Amino acid sequence: MIHMTGVNKHFGPLHVLRDVELTVPTGQVVVVIGPSGSGKSTLCRTINRLESIDSGRIEVDGKPLPAEGRELARLRADVGMVFQSFNLFAHKTILENVTLGPVKVRGMKADEARKLGMELLERVGIANQADKHPAQLSGGQQQRAAIARALAMKPKVMLFDEPTSALDPEMITEVLDVMISLAKDGMTMLVVTHEMGFARRAADRVVFMADGQVVEDATPESFFQNPESDRAKDFLSKILAH
Amino acid sequence: MNVIIDNIDLFWDGLLGTLMICAYAAVGSLVLGVVLGIFRVSPVPPLRWIGQAWVTVFRNCPLTVVLFFCAFGLPELGVDFPDFYLWVGILGLVLYTSAFVCEAVRSGINAVQPGQAEAARAIGLTFTQSLGLIILPQALRTVVPPLGSVLIAMVKNSALVGAFGVGGELFATVDTLTSARGLPLIPVLVGVAIGYLIITLPAGALLGLLERKVAIAR
Repeated sequence: MIHMTGVNKHFGPLHVLRDVELTVPTGQVVVVIGPSGSGKSTLCRTINRLESIDSGRIEVDGKPLPAEGRELARLRADVGMVFQSFNLFAHKTILENVTLGPVKVRGMKADEARKLGMELLERVGIANQADKHPAQLSGGQQQRAAIARALAMKPKVMLFDEPTSALDPEMITEVLDVMISLAKDGMTMLVVTHEMGFARRAADRVVFMADGQVVEDATPESFFQNPESDRAKDFLSKILAH
Repeated sequence: MNVIIDNIDLFWDGLLGTLMICAYAAVGSLVLGVVLGIFRVSPVPPLRWIGQAWVTVFRNCPLTVVLFFCAFGLPELGVDFPDFYLWVGILGLVLYTSAFVCEAVRSGINAVQPGQAEAARAIGLTFTQSLGLIILPQALRTVVPPLGSVLIAMVKNSALVGAFGVGGELFATVDTLTSARGLPLIPVLVGVAIGYLIITLPAGALLGLLERKVAIAR
């Protein structure tokens, strides 16, 4: 579904992605972990071209990423994205947030979109918040609304860019539960996260990044029990110490 | 006081004239200013240059000079139409005010969190759609107070159009009553000042209402 080869990206003098090779087959859940500044968020954002790349090749569903324009907008519609800071449209209600894409991008009828939107809000457990504005919801509720918004486009793949990093601890579970149920339903997912529990429970593969490189790419069991590289051992010893 | 009461119809006509000029100029400069504001944040460099040049010229030239160019420059180019001085007066106001509207709108666009545009693009909205559906509606809400100040300044600036000899406008009443009818200046000026307040005070109150109505919780 996602295929990256030889991807390089610089921010000024900073080489944030170094010859990244990554494949996410259809139906797999791939979790990307690594220390902050390792390039994992940037990696996630290059896949729907919120960040452009300097060299290399990215294919989504067998097609190379198009340049800016209508073609790219069409691709983005098929790639769901969930952000660390939710980014719900502040001037629209939760339901409007979810129905906007289907109506404006897919050309769905308003009542049909509303029905779909309510189903999705039901699924993420916030149907009773449909008419509120984002600022009236808790962080966990906002993030679940953002997941519903992405799902409303019926995406082929979902990208999660640190979806729980901005949440209070007691709200992390409610978002992870939604993500785990998505994974169980067979959604193709690329998840950048610090939630090791999610990686163990829901991931098919764990990709460990450091200094812009993919250092390890393994199953969760083998990665957490027998990390091969010193960087990964060091990282795991720090986060699993408590 | 008698000066005002005796000539109330003239003041009233002037008030209506000023209102008419301001209504046209407000619509014109809001539309033009929003377009220029979009130009200034556009990904297309030539559009950004046009916006930048526009603001540089019209924000930095005195309104009087802009009006002189419109009133005496356009005839040199062979431009003429009915009610010429009225319409070039409105044109001058629009050119000048749009530069300030543009900057207010630009600041509003910049105040919208970048994540909003990213989320809009991520669900597949085109550049125009994300601008029209997500960015501008939020940007315009935040610029109601500065836009209000710009428009109130425009109402007061419209007095210059009257000074250019456009009759039937509030400030022109001064000339009509003092020069032509020989009435004392101060009471006439008081009447004109009251006339402008009748426009600007309710306008300010309306803007306050509007600001509260469109405010969004963040």
